[in-house]
Amino acid sequence: MMRFLLKGLIRDRSRSLFPLLIVTMGVSITVLVVCWVNGAGGDVIRTNARFFTGHVKIMTRAYAEQADQMPNDLALLKVNELIAGLKKRYPQVRWVPRIRFGGLLDIPDEQGETRTQGPVMGLAVDLINAESREVKMLNLEKALVRGRLPRAPMEILISDEFAKKLGVPLNEPATLIGSTMYGGLAMQNFIVVGTVRFGIAPMDRGAMIADISGVQSALAMDDAAGEVLGFFRNDLYDPATAHRIQSEFNRRFEGNDDEFTPVMLTLEDQNDLGTALRIFESASSIMIFIFVMVMSIVLWNTGLMGSLRRYGEMGVRLAIGESKGHIYGTLILEALVIGFVGSVAGTMLGLSAAYYLQVHGVDISGMVKNSSVLMSNVMRAKISPSSYYIGFIPGFLATVLGSMISGIGIFKRQTAQLFKELEV
Amino acid sequence: MDKAAIITVENVYKSFPMGTGEFTALKEVNLTFGEGEFTGIVGPSGSGKTTLLNIIGSLDVPTKGKAIVMGRNINDLTQKEAADLRNRYLGFIFQTYNLLPVYNVYENVELPLLLLGMPSKERDTAIRQALDWVGLSDKIESRPAQLSGGECQRVAIARAMVKKPKIVLADEPTANLDAKNSHHILRTMEALNRELGTTFIFATHDEKVIRYLRRKVSLEDGKVVADQSMKTQ
Ligand SMILES: Nc1ncnc2c1ncn2[C@@H]1O[C@H](COP(=O)(O)OP(=O)(O)O)[C@@H](O)[C@H]1O
Ligand SMILES: [Mg+2]
Repeated sequence: MMRFLLKGLIRDRSRSLFPLLIVTMGVSITVLVVCWVNGAGGDVIRTNARFFTGHVKIMTRAYAEQADQMPNDLALLKVNELIAGLKKRYPQVRWVPRIRFGGLLDIPDEQGETRTQGPVMGLAVDLINAESREVKMLNLEKALVRGRLPRAPMEILISDEFAKKLGVPLNEPATLIGSTMYGGLAMQNFIVVGTVRFGIAPMDRGAMIADISGVQSALAMDDAAGEVLGFFRNDLYDPATAHRIQSEFNRRFEGNDDEFTPVMLTLEDQNDLGTALRIFESASSIMIFIFVMVMSIVLWNTGLMGSLRRYGEMGVRLAIGESKGHIYGTLILEALVIGFVGSVAGTMLGLSAAYYLQVHGVDISGMVKNSSVLMSNVMRAKISPSSYYIGFIPGFLATVLGSMISGIGIFKRQTAQLFKELEV
Repeated sequence: MDKAAIITVENVYKSFPMGTGEFTALKEVNLTFGEGEFTGIVGPSGSGKTTLLNIIGSLDVPTKGKAIVMGRNINDLTQKEAADLRNRYLGFIFQTYNLLPVYNVYENVELPLLLLGMPSKERDTAIRQALDWVGLSDKIESRPAQLSGGECQRVAIARAMVKKPKIVLADEPTANLDAKNSHHILRTMEALNRELGTTFIFATHDEKVIRYLRRKVSLEDGKVVADQSMKTQ
């Protein structure tokens, strides 16, 4: 009987091919979109975390209030002690000090006169200590275009675009003109030892990457840092742990109303990443939900059209002595086959496309040229273990559901009525 | 009447809802059919022939009265029991053949046996025999669309006969056929009736069919107006 049904299914294209195409298409699109959202969302979160927000971040309350102005006069003091305490209390997190600063980078000529200058967005991190993972976090080795990584506190990297625009030579001094922690003028000579391109528009416009000890001395920020960032050791943001650490940390300073009191923010509290995170998460679910609805309705309709077309067949089968339940069962069986084959094909197709976009990516640099959002210029899809079933299950369910609903018509109709359709 | 009664229709009424009231398609029908009969229910269009055949075929139930087929009161059968009754004892032939277009001749005839769960060897023997009865052994692989009307109806007869049912119900089987094909299938059915003792009940108003009948039940406006034995030519 099974073989008999399959023969019919394969021969009747409108019963097999059309629904199969719908399922395959729907499933592959779902898989691709979910992988894409995964990849893009993950990229935005990861990039922001690494350059900017950490998984958690500690600042002074006052600094936190105007963090986008990088008010280093409100920086955290006694940072070494703070970090030592944090390491003990939260060993699952890596704690790193960072200073963000703005200033002018002045390139002098042989006489020491200004040849050219431009504004830089400075980021000071621990580049030199052997145990530091910052070079890795910022992906500096890959980002390096010319020269080498800094080995001494006064060696810096600048963005390649910036270096080209200003014609900055390598291994020559460049003067940072900024303000000290106490509001005085800061002038410090650095050596540009390399240029970098991150493929992240806001960083590539005018970034200066420096070692934190050099910047601390340049800006008179001895044992001070604007921010202390915390990263989970597996590099994955874990909201529950982040929130737990945050509320525990902040509770310790609750009664304190000093504006230099440290305060901890999670990744979600910064740059609207919480909203972004929720959007990325719900995007997949919404996508799958819409997909199941649309698929079910389309397949239900196909099923209805199919059963209209097949009333003759149903009537004959009833007359021959097949029960309604059995006929209904065979319709579901057909749907199981279509759903399975279509979902497998769709998953394979979707994964192939996603894999292509994971390897090759899509260059969106034109779109994000002037964007201040930290995201890569090349967006990639990301295949995760869930990609293998995220389309399959809804595809399969929608097919079976669609045919279950449309098949109910068989039960609703009087046998004689069904049968009457035969007398045309 | 031939031998033992296998179908008894007792005081059957059948009404259909129609607009605000209802329409009575069968009134006070009392009939008995015996084994091996070759009987026609004859009457003009709309007289209730199909309705009566559907009740005998357990595809519909009477509004009043009872119909007993192979010892079962069809009023009392569940949907599944009715299907089982049809599966085991009844064969149907329709005016429009109703072959399944995606299956070839062999497969169309095979379906009833698959539903009976017959093993494939036995099935094959039965199918070939049935196709032999109707003279279509050489068209096994053809699809219905490739056959003439007469050939299609012969496939339908093979499909109805392949499980050797006790009763075959044929609703206007010749309505779409020309005279030559009509006589061909009637002679085929007559031969099967003789050889296998299958009861044939026709619903028809075709004179060509009436000539073959051994008993003629006349319906008019849902009422039996005559029930006569016929001498065949
Ligand atoms: N399901 C139904 N609903 C309403 N009226 C019906 C239905 N089936 C049959 N009838 C009516 O009952 C009468 C007898 O129909 P039918 O048994 O098909 O006649 P025949 O087969 O003799 O031409 C007709 O007037 C027909 O319109
Ligand atoms: Mg009729």
